[in-house]
Amino acid sequence: MLAARIIPCLDVRDGRVVKGVRFHGLRDAGDPIALAAEYEAQGADELILLDVSATPEGRRTARETVAAVRAQLSIPLCVGGGVREADDAQALLVAGADKVGINTAAVRRPELLTEISERFGRQCTVIAIDAARNAADTGWEVVILSGKERLELDAVGWACRAAELGAGEILLTSWDRDGTRIGYDLDLLRTVSAAVNVPVIASGGASTPEHLLAGLQAGASAVLAASIFHFGETTVGSLREYLARHGVEVRR
Amino acid sequence: MELDVVVVATGTANLASVLAGLKRSGARPRLARSPAEVLTAPAAVLPGVGALGTAMGKLVRDEMVPALQERIAAGLPTLAVCLGLQLLAEGSEESPGVPGLGVFPGMVTRYPDSVRVPQMGWNKIQADPGCQLLQAGYAYFANSFRLEAAPPGWMAAWCDYAGPFVAALERGPVLACQFHPELSGDFGQALLTRWVERARQGGE
Repeated sequence: MLAARIIPCLDVRDGRVVKGVRFHGLRDAGDPIALAAEYEAQGADELILLDVSATPEGRRTARETVAAVRAQLSIPLCVGGGVREADDAQALLVAGADKVGINTAAVRRPELLTEISERFGRQCTVIAIDAARNAADTGWEVVILSGKERLELDAVGWACRAAELGAGEILLTSWDRDGTRIGYDLDLLRTVSAAVNVPVIASGGASTPEHLLAGLQAGASAVLAASIFHFGETTVGSLREYLARHGVEVRR
Repeated sequence: MELDVVVVATGTANLASVLAGLKRSGARPRLARSPAEVLTAPAAVLPGVGALGTAMGKLVRDEMVPALQERIAAGLPTLAVCLGLQLLAEGSEESPGVPGLGVFPGMVTRYPDSVRVPQMGWNKIQADPGCQLLQAGYAYFANSFRLEAAPPGWMAAWCDYAGPFVAALERGPVLACQFHPELSGDFGQALLTRWVERARQGGE
């Protein structure tokens, strides 16, 4: 039976890990290479590194970070941020990523997902979707450009389309919950997980073991968290034990 | 002494992870430059992610097909990873009409829609009694297609995802893994180290 995955996320800007509330007001939470080694030692099932650099220099630094993390890491590494064309994906893969996360660029040009999956495989093509409750409270809309722009695009429909176009996994972040520490948006997770046949990674708002368990019970194949790990509030190992005690299949 | 390993380019990425894993296992990997080198190197690795048809096209263009077939038939130390295992079969539902390397009989098939596809994550494998390299444990998979039956003459490790499938095959120093040993933490690192140690002893 496939084990549920616990995935620490490193938000990296200019080679340093940062994480703030709703991606604004970033706080420095450490060195990505040291953190990656620590999480692997704790038993992380995978790592996600999101490059939130805004400049070409920052992106180059991020690729160097990916290479340095890769040299020591023996678990999967997914890298997102700034992927606008298939060659950007290739640069990250050459640097040492195993999977590539695509967000805004795929919304603007959905064929990008097909191009990347045909070159590198579906298992390598992760669609990152930031979703927020719409004003009418009838569903969720897609948010792009790190929250700067809200679209009228239905997030559930976009998840289905992305999977059809070649995405092999969905990194689903609740924009309403990200940084709030009140738990994942379980309705969003349930709705998207039921609508697609690819794995879904729950993201945005988790701060307790109960939140992670609820995310998995809502249909997620993997649970992502960031700040609860970076500030030493808990360890991957203790979360894994908690999940196992509650009947979740985990890696041992 | 470090083991010299040539890595055959299949035109698809994630090479960095494979190279890093080999280095951590006491090998000195480099990309293969010629078919002759693939035939004669002390150890060779056939990695691969992506589509079978694309990877076979690259192997055909680089004239690597006979070298790989002869090398494995001769029982020389060889490691195939993920798509690499599928390339050893006769073909795959993924790329109809494209012949694989045909090292063993059998076709690769897609997982049914009763499970999430791709299979993405850690799954538990069990090794046949008598396996020299493979052992039980959790391994990391990222695949949509799989081999359902072990070919004659090979020892297998098994896993379950919508039914049993071949997690890995071994025959002497030839090892083929559907999972990614280079991404399978301590479990994968130990397997890579055992394969490198076995490869040092040479062919069958």
